[in-house]
Amino acid sequence: MEYDSKLVGFVCKFCFLHSFDLGPQPDTSIRLEMIKLPCAGRVDARVVLTAFEKGADAVFVAGCPSHECLNLTGSARAEKRLDRIKVLLDAIGLGRERLMLYHVSGTNGPRLADIVREAALAVGCIGRNPLNTHRSGERSCCTNDHSGAEILARD
Amino acid sequence: MIIAEQKSLQEIDASVEGAKRVLVVGCGGCVSVCLSGGQTETEVLAMALRLKREVAGTPVSTAEITLERQCDPEYVAKLDEAVKEADCILSLACGIGVQFLAERYPDTVVLPAQDTKFVGGTLEHGVWEERCGLCGECILAATGGICPVIRCAKSLLNGPCGGSHDGNCEVGQDTPCAWVLIYHRLKRLGREAAMDEISPPKDWSKARDGGMRKIVREDLRL
Amino acid sequence: MTSDGARQAGREWKTESSLERLFAGNEFVVTAELGPPKGASATNITENSEKLKSYCDGFNITDNQSASVRLSSIAAAVHILRQGGNPIIQVTCRDRNRIAIQSDLLGAYSLGIRNVVCLSGDHQSFGNHPTAKNVFDIDSVQLIALVKKMRDEKRLLCGEELKAEPRFYIGAVENPFGEPVELRVMRLAKKVKAGAEFIQTQAVFDIKKFEKWMALICEAGIDKKVNILAGVLPVKSLRMARYMKEHVAGMSIPDELVNRIAKAENQQAEGISISVEIISQLRKIAGVKGVHIMPVGWEAALPEIVSRAGLSPRPRVN
Repeated sequence: MEYDSKLVGFVCKFCFLHSFDLGPQPDTSIRLEMIKLPCAGRVDARVVLTAFEKGADAVFVAGCPSHECLNLTGSARAEKRLDRIKVLLDAIGLGRERLMLYHVSGTNGPRLADIVREAALAVGCIGRNPLNTHRSGERSCCTNDHSGAEILARD
Repeated sequence: MIIAEQKSLQEIDASVEGAKRVLVVGCGGCVSVCLSGGQTETEVLAMALRLKREVAGTPVSTAEITLERQCDPEYVAKLDEAVKEADCILSLACGIGVQFLAERYPDTVVLPAQDTKFVGGTLEHGVWEERCGLCGECILAATGGICPVIRCAKSLLNGPCGGSHDGNCEVGQDTPCAWVLIYHRLKRLGREAAMDEISPPKDWSKARDGGMRKIVREDLRL
Repeated sequence: MTSDGARQAGREWKTESSLERLFAGNEFVVTAELGPPKGASATNITENSEKLKSYCDGFNITDNQSASVRLSSIAAAVHILRQGGNPIIQVTCRDRNRIAIQSDLLGAYSLGIRNVVCLSGDHQSFGNHPTAKNVFDIDSVQLIALVKKMRDEKRLLCGEELKAEPRFYIGAVENPFGEPVELRVMRLAKKVKAGAEFIQTQAVFDIKKFEKWMALICEAGIDKKVNILAGVLPVKSLRMARYMKEHVAGMSIPDELVNRIAKAENQQAEGISISVEIISQLRKIAGVKGVHIMPVGWEAALPEIVSRAGLSPRPRVN
């Protein structure tokens, strides 16, 4: 049975702008939602958990390499924060493997496409977000409602 | 400020067991400053709890409110309406807030989400350290502004002890010996002779040992 | 050789302690340390005190050393008394408040104990009950002053009069190897000011370093006010030497010593020889009035060390 993996990516605008060239669609069974951030350092537990609560099977964060972060420490902060969120994901029972951090240089165009493929493959191994099996009907992970979009809308 | 640290999600979830509607209450005081119980942390905890419960198949709904602080009854009173809709209250305040909530809502289970750790200050962003022993009779004037009651593991008033080595406390390499610190500070101030005087035994009845403490300011009461 | 009590006739003794008399008679005093067992049987203590009492002037018995539960110092002291030995109890500030300490002192004196060594005590995190609440109601300096007050003023700390005062000979400890060294001199001066009459130091392995400290003590005139016993710890094996060097805070063990034991054919014999040599070197240092031998886990070594150091037989006290 085909299952559409839901992937949410929080992407630093600098990687996003310069690397947004996904090339050919990697896989038709991925439903991907990318949310542009002013900096990877803007990511926090609220937005990550919101994505999972809305049914994301996996979440990835793409930020610039630490030494290239235009906000100097944003990328480093993201890494530290995600480590802590991973511990929380284990405690929740979703598992830390569902959260991934990638460092993408702004000039590395095809890398973002690779990341999406990698993340999608990972989802295949990890399995669906258990919340999706508990709930009836489809829940989209689009940004139509509440805090996720509001928090991130400031660009 | 009071420094608290969140209990594990496991422990919190276990204590909330059985409840279907949880009122999660944050505090805008000390625990906001030490980034463990403020508005953001409250929202995250509520979400984590909902997710954990949903994954486990025993869903729970939450309402989140963050008060200015939980150690003043006029702020606590703002919860009156919300409490009616809750099976239990999960407070992210320090032990004081939890108790104030429990006093105002004696018919509702009130649970602490945090372990209250110590009274201290910020060393750098993300690092807090204990500084005051709450002994009730401050002697910092005599010790160059360094508290031996709490910074000395043995609360010596005539330190250092024989275990002090290379400026470190015998308890741990990374803990400076308070009395070596005091000595250097007094020396810097030209007051090291104070250390030759024998400090008499402390009156611990003014500290926690005397029982729960209270201050009444008659000039402020009507 | 006897200490002439008659010569001292007319002198006002502070206590009935034989140690007080030995020091007054300028004898080179030898005390030895016994560690009480981790159990309710005093067989070890009674056997050791019977065998070793003629090789020292007094036995120290530790008080829950390293914060690990052991048979209590006062109880062990009574067992020693029954064997005809001279016990020196240790009292730490870690486990008892001023009420219990004063009570214990009254009891100890009533049982015939005459000497007490006052210490802060190792922090409970070192021992087998690290989750225990510690006390530290008073510190070692305040404790010394307390014992003195009970004896000389015949009063409890709170000022109440004592019906019968405990007349203890008061001891304390000092670590000559802690840094900064000026604090160790200051602290010893404070203990003497508070009433300490004899001092037992941490084990000495580095004679030069110890000499430096003693020089500072003598310069400050402290050696005239208190009787200092230098600590001697016989090393049983290379493993023990290495362990102490690396893991015991405040111990200063020179590399040459460790190497010497490593090269020795018989490590135990070498350990004893080293202790004998250290004692003979200590005797030459101004201000050193005796030695405090700590044969940790090796009480049997005491007779040989004391004999070979020329300190046997021990003087009799009237």
